[in-house]
Amino acid sequence: MEQNKNWQSFGELNKSAAYNQEVNNEFKEELPFVEDHSGFLQAKAPRRDFLKYLGFSTAAAAVAASCEMPIKKAIPFANKPEDIVPGIADYYATTYVQDGDVVSVVAKVRDGRPIKLEGNTLSPITGGGTSARVQAAVLDLYDTARLRFPTIAGKEATFEAVDKAVAAELAGNVVLVTSSITSPTTKEVIAKFLAKYPGSKHVTYDAVSFTGMLLANEASYGKRVIPSYHFEKAKAIVSLSADFLGTWLSPVEFARQYAIGKKIDEKNPAMSKHIHFETVASLTGSNADEKYLCRPSELGAIAVALLAAVKGGEISGIADAKLKAGIEAAAKALLTNKGAALVVAGSNNKDIQTVVNAINDAIGANGTTIDFAATVNYRQGIDSDFASLVDDMNAGKVNAVLFHGANPVYSWPAADKLKAALAKVKTKISFSSKVDETAAVCNYVIPEHHFLESWGDAEPVSGHISFIQPTIAPLFKTRAFQDSLLLWSGDATVYTNYVKNYWSSKLGGEAAWNKTLQDGVMNPATPATTATPALNASAVATSVAAVSAMKASTKIELALYEKVAIGAGQGASNPWLQELPDPVTRATWDNYIIVSPAMAKTLLNIDLNNAGQADAYEVQPPKKVVKLTVEGKTIELPVLIIPGTHPQTVGIALGYGRAESVGKAVIGTGKNAFPLACINNGTVNFSCSDVTLIATGATYPVALTQTHFRYDTTQGNRTEVMKELTLEEYKKNPKEIIEERAGEYRGQMVGGDKMSDEQVLENFAKDATIYPVYDRPGIKWGMSVDLNACNGCGACVVACNAENNVAIVGKPEVLRGHEMHWLRIDKYFSGDMENPKVVFQPLMCQHCDNAPCENVCPVAATNHSSEGLNQMTYNRCIGTRYCANNCPFKVRRFNWADYTGADSFPDNQVGEVNDVVLNMNDDLTRMVLNPDVTVRSRGVIEKCSFCVQRLQAAKLDAKKDSRPMVDSDIKVACQQSCPTNAISFGNANDKHSAITKVRVENPNRSFYVLEQLHVLPNVTYLAKVRNTEASEHAEKTEAKKA
Amino acid sequence: MTILRSLAKIVSIFLFITLSSSIGNQLNAQDGKALFSQNCASCHAVNKKLTGPALAGVEDRWSDKKNLYAWIKNNQAFLKTGDAYANKLYNEYNKTAMNLFPNLSDKDIDAILAYIKSVPAAGAAPAGGAAATATAPAEDSDSSLVYGLLTLILAVVALILLQVNSNLKKLSDDKSGIPATEPVPFYRNKAYIAFVAIILFIAGGYMTTVGAMGLGRSKDYQPEQPIYYSHKVHAGVNQINCQYCHTGTYQGKQATLPSVNVCMNCHAAINEYKGEPLVRENGDVVDGTNEIKKLYKYAGFTEGQPWDASKAKPIEWVRIHNLPDHVYFNHAQHVNAGQVACQQCHGEIQKMGEVKQFADLSMGWCVNCHRATQVQFKDNGFYSIYEKFHADLKSGKMDSTKGVTVEKIGGTECQKCHY
Repeated sequence: MEQNKNWQSFGELNKSAAYNQEVNNEFKEELPFVEDHSGFLQAKAPRRDFLKYLGFSTAAAAVAASCEMPIKKAIPFANKPEDIVPGIADYYATTYVQDGDVVSVVAKVRDGRPIKLEGNTLSPITGGGTSARVQAAVLDLYDTARLRFPTIAGKEATFEAVDKAVAAELAGNVVLVTSSITSPTTKEVIAKFLAKYPGSKHVTYDAVSFTGMLLANEASYGKRVIPSYHFEKAKAIVSLSADFLGTWLSPVEFARQYAIGKKIDEKNPAMSKHIHFETVASLTGSNADEKYLCRPSELGAIAVALLAAVKGGEISGIADAKLKAGIEAAAKALLTNKGAALVVAGSNNKDIQTVVNAINDAIGANGTTIDFAATVNYRQGIDSDFASLVDDMNAGKVNAVLFHGANPVYSWPAADKLKAALAKVKTKISFSSKVDETAAVCNYVIPEHHFLESWGDAEPVSGHISFIQPTIAPLFKTRAFQDSLLLWSGDATVYTNYVKNYWSSKLGGEAAWNKTLQDGVMNPATPATTATPALNASAVATSVAAVSAMKASTKIELALYEKVAIGAGQGASNPWLQELPDPVTRATWDNYIIVSPAMAKTLLNIDLNNAGQADAYEVQPPKKVVKLTVEGKTIELPVLIIPGTHPQTVGIALGYGRAESVGKAVIGTGKNAFPLACINNGTVNFSCSDVTLIATGATYPVALTQTHFRYDTTQGNRTEVMKELTLEEYKKNPKEIIEERAGEYRGQMVGGDKMSDEQVLENFAKDATIYPVYDRPGIKWGMSVDLNACNGCGACVVACNAENNVAIVGKPEVLRGHEMHWLRIDKYFSGDMENPKVVFQPLMCQHCDNAPCENVCPVAATNHSSEGLNQMTYNRCIGTRYCANNCPFKVRRFNWADYTGADSFPDNQVGEVNDVVLNMNDDLTRMVLNPDVTVRSRGVIEKCSFCVQRLQAAKLDAKKDSRPMVDSDIKVACQQSCPTNAISFGNANDKHSAITKVRVENPNRSFYVLEQLHVLPNVTYLAKVRNTEASEHAEKTEAKKA
Repeated sequence: MTILRSLAKIVSIFLFITLSSSIGNQLNAQDGKALFSQNCASCHAVNKKLTGPALAGVEDRWSDKKNLYAWIKNNQAFLKTGDAYANKLYNEYNKTAMNLFPNLSDKDIDAILAYIKSVPAAGAAPAGGAAATATAPAEDSDSSLVYGLLTLILAVVALILLQVNSNLKKLSDDKSGIPATEPVPFYRNKAYIAFVAIILFIAGGYMTTVGAMGLGRSKDYQPEQPIYYSHKVHAGVNQINCQYCHTGTYQGKQATLPSVNVCMNCHAAINEYKGEPLVRENGDVVDGTNEIKKLYKYAGFTEGQPWDASKAKPIEWVRIHNLPDHVYFNHAQHVNAGQVACQQCHGEIQKMGEVKQFADLSMGWCVNCHRATQVQFKDNGFYSIYEKFHADLKSGKMDSTKGVTVEKIGGTECQKCHY
C-alpha cells in the first residue's frame, strides 16, 4: 500500500500494529461482554437473573407509567411587554469584553435568557467573526462558581456595609490595578475616582503584556501606542513567533484579515505569502506557507538579520543553514512586495520590537499594512509599572489596592513576593466576579456583573466604539465596578445613566443614542489619517546593538505560550473551552510539556519512526511525566510530542492550575506555568533558556483527541480526505484536482474511459450506483468549507456546543474517546516529521445522499429528508450504534452516559460522570440550553443536524412573508461563528444562493471527502492551496517517485 | 352432569337477558345524552331550574306523551292549542320562548327522555356526580366491553358443549365396551389450558399495546381552571377573534395565553355576566359575575377605582395541551403559513364552556393530517421554488384536486418535528 501523503498520528505514519488494530474498531474500548464458562447458573450474570431484572423493570416501568399525569401549569405574564413574544428570540447588540479583548456581538435572548452570542456584522473590525472564547462567554454568565453577594473577609455582607467600611478605610495612597481598560466612560470614572483621592494612581496590569511593543513604539516613534495592523493588505507576511491567528493582540480581527489574503479567485489565482519563524508549534505557524524553527533566544538575531537583509546587506550571526535560507526567503518576499508587506513579532523585548519597527519601516509597511492613525487599546499594561507597585507595597507605601480584571496573584511570575507585599497593604478590594486567586487574599470582594448584565462601552480601536447593553437583569447581588468607584468618589450618578448621558450628549440626543445602541457599534465616517511617523534611527541603532549582543543559548529552552481557548487563564473555568481540543495539540483538559520528535528520542527514548515505540507512546493516554527545572523553579508535567517544535525548545501553556474556587472545570486540570517566567528589568519574559528536563518515571493520562475517530479500511481511509497543492502547481495546472478525482472514478463507471474528466464527475453520482436517484424539489441544503480560509481556531466547535446543546463529557470520558462534539477539526500532517506541513479540516456530518448509516439502522431512526438532510431522530434511536460503525467519517456520537441529566432516573449519573458534567446539569447552568433543540438522553446517537432548527425557522420566516427563502434567512452556527467566513451554507437548488456561487466559482478546487465511496456527501471542500516555493514542489514529486 | 348442564343453561340465558336489556337501555341513554347536551343543555338541567325548568320527572308531569312531543318540537304552535299545563309553564317562566326543535324525531325525544330518567335525582348528587364522571371514559370502551362479554359467554358455551361432547363420547364408549381412561377434569385438560393461555396472551398483549400507546395522551382532558373561562361566551357568543387574546399564534411557536392586562382591556368595564347561564358539564351552574370577580382579584382591581396594572398577578391556568419535549410544534407554521383553522386541532372551541382537549395529539393524528392537507401552494410565495410541482400541476401530471400536500414537500419527515 502506498504511503499516505497525510498522516494524523505516528502509528499511522509507520502503519504500526496497534494502529491497524485500532482503526478496525469503531469504539475504543471493548464491549463489556464477559466470557464465562462456569455454567449456566454460576455465571456472573446468569440468564435467570437477566429475566428477573427484565421482568422487574417491565413491571416497574408499567407501574411508573400508570401513575397520574402530572398537572402542568401554563402561566402567562401578568402584564405582557409588547415586544416580547414567548418562543421568539430577541437580539441585542452588545460587546464581549474580557480584560482588553473586545469583540462586538449580538446576543440571542430567548424568553429572557441570553443563550447564544453571534458576531456583530456591523463592526468593521471583526466583521461578525467570533472566537472560541467569545462563543463560550455566555456559559460564564451561568457559572455556578460566580460570587452571589459582596463579602467582607470572606463573609456575606450587604453593599451598604461594604460601602461604609470602604469609605472609612479609603485614604492616602490608593492604587487601582486593572487589566487594560478600553472603555472611554470607565476611564473618566477612574479619573474622577483618582481625583477624589490625592496620591492615588491607576496601574494597568496585563497578564501577558505587550510591554516590549509599547516601549519600542515609544522609542521608535515617540508614542506609547500599538498601531492597527492590516493583514488583508499584506502580500507578504513574516511573523517572528507572533501567534496572531490564535492569541496575539486581536486574533478575531487578524484571522479575518488574513483569510482575505488567503482566499483564492480561481480564475486569477493570487494569495499572500506567510513565512513564520516558530519556537513551539502554534496555530499561526501551522497555517503558514513556510515555517522555520528557531530557539526563542534566536528571535533577536533573526530580526537583526532580516533587517540587514531587507536593507540589502549580508545575513550574519545565523549558523543554521535552514534558518538562514528562511531569512533569505523572508527578505525576498518582503522586498518583492514592498509597500504590501508586514512583519510582526511576538517577543516582549523592547529591542527586538524596535528592530521589527525598523524592518517594517524599510519595507514600507507604515501607512499601508500598519496604521498608526488608528491605534488599538487591547493591551496598555507596562510590566515595570506593576513591578514597582509590588516594591511600593512591600515598602508599606500603599494604603489600599483595588483589583478590577487583574488577577496578579495568579499570573504575576513572582507571586510569592507579591503575596508578601499584599500582606502589608491594609485595604484590599477585589471586583472579581469569582473568588479568584487575588480575591482570595482581599478583605473586600464586590462582585461585578457579567458583561451580559452590564451597561458600558469599549473602544477597541481609536474612533471605533462598541456598546454594551444588558441582556438580562443581574442574576446575583452584583454591582458594576464603575458604580462602586462613582459612589466612592462622591458622585450620585449610577453608571447606567452615566453611559447614557455621556453618549447621548456626544451623539446629539437620546434618539441618536438609541439608534446607535441598537447597531451596537459606532464607526468613524472617514478613517483617521496622520502622517506616517518618522523612525528614530538612533533608537534603532541602540536596539540593534543590544539585540546583537544577546547570546543565543545552546541549552534547552522553554517557551511559555497561551492556548487559543484558555488564554492567560480566563477560559480555564469554562467547560466548553476546557473540552475544546486545542488546535495545535488536540489535547483537552490539561497543560503539558510540548517537545519535538527529536527531543523525544533523547529525553524519553521514544523513536517515532519505530512502530513499536510510537505505539507505546501513542496508544494509551498515560504520558511520561518530566520534571522541568528552570532557575531553581520546577514543574512536573506530562510530555506530548508535537511535530513542528524546535528540537531544543519545549513549550508549556499558561492559564492552567487555577484555584479551585473559580469553578469545577479547573479542578485537576494542569499546573500554573506563570511562575516559570522570569522578570528582566521589570518586564516579564515568557521564554527561558537553560532548562533541565528529567523523566520522573511516572505517567499521567492526557485526554488527546488527535487519534480519536479514525477510519481506515480497504475502501478508503480518512487521510485520503485531504487534497492540497501549491499555488505554483495550481497555476501550472488548475485542473489537477479534477483530473485526480476523475481518474479515480472513471473505472467505476460504464463507458467511463470514453468520458472527459468533467463528464465523469458530472455523471458519477448517477451512474456509479445501484440506488435510484431521488429528486430534491425545492430545497437541497449544501455546505462548502474553504480549507484555505479555515485556520483551525475552534470557534465553530464551541458555537456548535452552544447552539445544539452538545454535552460536555469530562476528562475521564474524553480519555475513552467519548467526546460528543458534533463538529471536530481534524489536523493532518504531511512531510518532514520535525517540521511538517499542517492542514486543518472541520469535519461534521456530511449529510450523504447515499448515507451508509441510514441503511443499517434497524429502527429507521436515521433516514434522509427530501431536502438532503441526513436526519437523526433521537426518540426512535435504540442505541445499536450500527450507524456510527458504518459512518466513514466517524462523525456520529453516542451518549454513553447520561451527560445531560435528561434521563428519567437520576441515579443513572452516579459514578458515570464527573463533577464538571454534573455541574453542567445544575439548574443555573442549564439556563444556557437552547430550548429549540432536544436535550439527548443516555443511549442514543447524535450528530450534526445542519442546525435543522435554524433551517426550519428560516423557512417559516419566508413563509410568513410569503416569499422565497434567501441566503440572509439562514446561517448555521458554525458558519456564523467563523471569523474567516470559511463556511458557506444554503440552498444548493437556488441559483442565486451563496453556496451555489461558491461551487460554480470554484470548480477546480472543489472536492468531496471520501468521494470514491459514492456516499454522495452534501458538503464540498475547497482544496488547500499553499503559497510555497516551486522548488519544494519539485522535491516533493521526486520523493513521491522514489 | 345433568345438573351441571342445566345450571349452565340457566346461567347463560340469564346473562344474555340481562346484558341485552342493559345494552339497549344504555345505547338509548347515550344518544339521549348527546342530544340533550346539543339541544337542551343551554336552557335546561336535569335537576336544576335554569332558564327553563328542571327536567327530572318531566314525563310524569305531562299526561299525554304526544302533547310532550308536540311541545318540544314546536312549543309556540302547541301553546296556541290552549293546553293548560303548557300555558301555566309559559307564564311561570316569564314568557321566555323556548327554542323550536322541528328536527327532533319522536325517537330522538324518547332518547332524551331516557337520558333524563337515567340521571339520578339531585339528592344522590355526590355519588351521581362521581358516577357521571366515571361513565365518561367507560362509554367510549362500551362496545368493546360488550364484545368482550359476548366472547366470554360464547367461550363458556363452547366449553360446556365440549364437555357435553366428551361426556357423550364417554357414554357411547361405555356402551361399546371400550375401557374408560381416567377422566381429566376440564381445568386440567392441556388443550383447554393452552387455548386459554393463548387467548389471554393475545388479549393481554392487545390491551398492553393499546394502553401503552395511550400513555401520556390525554384526549378529553378537561381540568378545572382557576377561573371558569368560557370560550363559548367569548369566542362563540361575543365573536371575539381568537388572536385578540392568543397573540403569539401568527408569529411564533406558542399561541400564548393572554396576560391579565389583556383580560382587563374589556373587563375593566364588563363587570357582570348577563348572558345565558353557564353550566358545567356535570350540570353545576356557574355564576359568571363571580368568575369576573376572581379575575379582579388576580388583577388587583377594585371596582370603581382606576386600575394599577403593576399590581396584577399572573393567573396559573392548568395546561391542557401538552406535547412531549422531543416534539417541535409551531403555531405560526400552521395558522399563519398553513392557514389552518383553530378548530381543526382544538375542536369547536367557540362552543366549549370549559376547554377540553379535542384531539389525542398523537403522532398518527399529526401525520394523517399532514398526508391529507394541502399547503398554500399557489398563494404563498415561498412555494415558488418548487418549480417541478408547479409544472406538474399545470401539465396535469399531478392531480390538482389533491394538490400539493404537506407530505409532498417533506411534511412527514422525522426532522420536520423532531430535532
